[in-house]
Amino acid sequence: MGGHLNVNHLLFLGHGALWTIGLSLIALIGGGIAGFAIALARISPHKSVRLLSATYVQLIQGTPLLVILFLGYFGLAAIGLKVSPLAAAGASLTLYVAAYLGEIWRGSIQSVPKPQWEAAEGLALSRTQRMMKVILPQAIRIATPPTVGFMVQIIKNTSLASVVGFVELMRSGQIVNNSLFEPFAIYAIIAVVYFAMCYPLSLLSQRLERRMGRGMVNLAPA
Amino acid sequence: MGIELDFPAVLERWPNFLGGAVLTLELALFATVLGALLGTLAAVGRGTHSALIARACKVYVEAIRNTPLLVQIFLVYFGLASIGLKLSAFTVAVAALTINVGAYTAEIMRAGFEAIPRGQIEAAEGLALSRVQIYWHIILLPAVERVYPALTSQFVLLMLASSICSQISAEELTAVANYIQSDTYRAFETYIIVAVIYIILSLVMRAGFWGLGLVLFPRRRRLGTAL
Amino acid sequence: MQQNASPPAPIVSLRDVQKSFGSLRVLDGVSFAVERGEVLAIIGRSGSGKSTALRCIDRFEKVDRGEIVVCGHRVDLPNVDLRALRQDVGIVFQSYNLFPHLTIEQNITLAPRSVKRMAASQTRELAHKVLAQVGLEEKVHAYPEQLSGGQQQRAAIARSLAMQPKVMLFDEVTSALDPELTGEVLKVIEQLAADGMTMVMVTHEMGFAKSIADRIVFMHRGKVHETGPASILTSPKTPELAQFVGTGNLKS
Repeated sequence: MGGHLNVNHLLFLGHGALWTIGLSLIALIGGGIAGFAIALARISPHKSVRLLSATYVQLIQGTPLLVILFLGYFGLAAIGLKVSPLAAAGASLTLYVAAYLGEIWRGSIQSVPKPQWEAAEGLALSRTQRMMKVILPQAIRIATPPTVGFMVQIIKNTSLASVVGFVELMRSGQIVNNSLFEPFAIYAIIAVVYFAMCYPLSLLSQRLERRMGRGMVNLAPA
Repeated sequence: MGIELDFPAVLERWPNFLGGAVLTLELALFATVLGALLGTLAAVGRGTHSALIARACKVYVEAIRNTPLLVQIFLVYFGLASIGLKLSAFTVAVAALTINVGAYTAEIMRAGFEAIPRGQIEAAEGLALSRVQIYWHIILLPAVERVYPALTSQFVLLMLASSICSQISAEELTAVANYIQSDTYRAFETYIIVAVIYIILSLVMRAGFWGLGLVLFPRRRRLGTAL
Repeated sequence: MQQNASPPAPIVSLRDVQKSFGSLRVLDGVSFAVERGEVLAIIGRSGSGKSTALRCIDRFEKVDRGEIVVCGHRVDLPNVDLRALRQDVGIVFQSYNLFPHLTIEQNITLAPRSVKRMAASQTRELAHKVLAQVGLEEKVHAYPEQLSGGQQQRAAIARSLAMQPKVMLFDEVTSALDPELTGEVLKVIEQLAADGMTMVMVTHEMGFAKSIADRIVFMHRGKVHETGPASILTSPKTPELAQFVGTGNLKS
């Protein structure tokens, strides 16, 4: 083997990068839908629903994504449920993203000023109508900057899918490295590609945040 | 369905789990202390009058925050090796985690610094305190108090993220789990147990930070303000 | 530091001081002096430059031209030893600016301990002494947020006193207070004046200025428009001061 980085290698990396984007979208959409449900459940009028959703969030936020991923891939296989790396990664990321987005969105919904809730109640709207027509449109504005910021975390976290053999950007880098053995140079290239995907979103998030005039600290794993 | 779970068979290996958990906590502890230092320095650096230092700190923070930890770990691992430094996996892991969490800490601390009212600094200047004294007494300590909850969450996330160090064979909890599951063929039980241990570790860390907060911020303790 | 020459030099002197913020000239040739033990009150409308003039004395603002000498320090020069200057000058702000994370005692002892390197036991004694001066002995272990505005401002005065300054500056120290709380702060300042402290104060309290000040400086459009003993408040020479005193509620 050996040799130099050539066009084929770059094409292979590009293909991996596309899958990073694809997996990120799966996680964003899956996690977004589930996260929205979590956010609503966290503020549900039923205590048991609140408790259950809070427990879910606590459990997921107390577990490393890597362990969730291993559980989904090796764990399920060991009890006879063989899943593909893509399915395992997609499902694990969805569970993970749902917990974090759920919390971000719950915070956003609850930070809609109290008078708005009371005004909506005064209009004799049903709970669903109040949510859809009054609260959510305002919550979405509040939620946008941290959500965009969290998309950066999603993209970075998809790199863990490489560990169960899913060929996204990180894994394609490892494969290219197996034939060239130039690890530092190749991981540096990989880092630059991740940066090129993440930095515009970071900037956008910061800009949106500044426009909203609130200094929220973006907490982020890994 | 013939799914049978055998937790006792895996739990037999508790000394290994315990060893891994201890190493994970050690990793987190080292990286937390060093990362807090590095991050605070970077936050101070971003506010200095030297454009060069401020710029360098910004580049560091943005580069780290916009690339995956897994890539950073490999870069540190192979980077150190390529300049001829043969270090243990544990040392490499601490270095990579420190560099990583330092960037997030820098952002949190910067928010804390910016929240200190200008009048506080003028009052301290009026009392003839030196720049270093002002930074320590009037800016740093109150800033830490203000962002303490965010710092706590960040360092708990760091502990969880240290699982990624299993990929360079640091013998922490996740690496131990990988080894046990390949040994026992009971991956499901193993990772469930490991997940529970991580949850316990994050509760332990939160409790630790809460206790530390009581010691560090007597005002919060006295006035009963939530930390 | 210069030693006092045979004719006692003023503690504070400004000569032809000019200062602009952008194109706005805030101080336009301001001169005045404060002798040892004197109480000077600077009055004027907002925007007249009175606060800026005060802040220049402690070099919270740099001047563009003119000479400022404070306790022998040439404050207008770029190489002035700021920390030495500020050990000689105490300043109290409108917004108190107590350090919220420290108890009142810690607020007071911080500077004597860190700047003057006094022993802990000594600084604690000092704290009790200055708190007694402002009537807050029982609040020694309280945190600022547990105090009323008036109490906080008195604690801020005590904090300045603990550095044993040669001159005290007061920048509208009662403006942020509810009317019923200003009295207790003014009483503390009155006592300081009676004890012979040299003071420069920017104030809106005309009645207070009249009763306590040895001299009044009325500022108007960045200039010292009229100056003289407190009696100028009751018999102003310039129409501007007459109008200002007329609109300001002259209590007493």
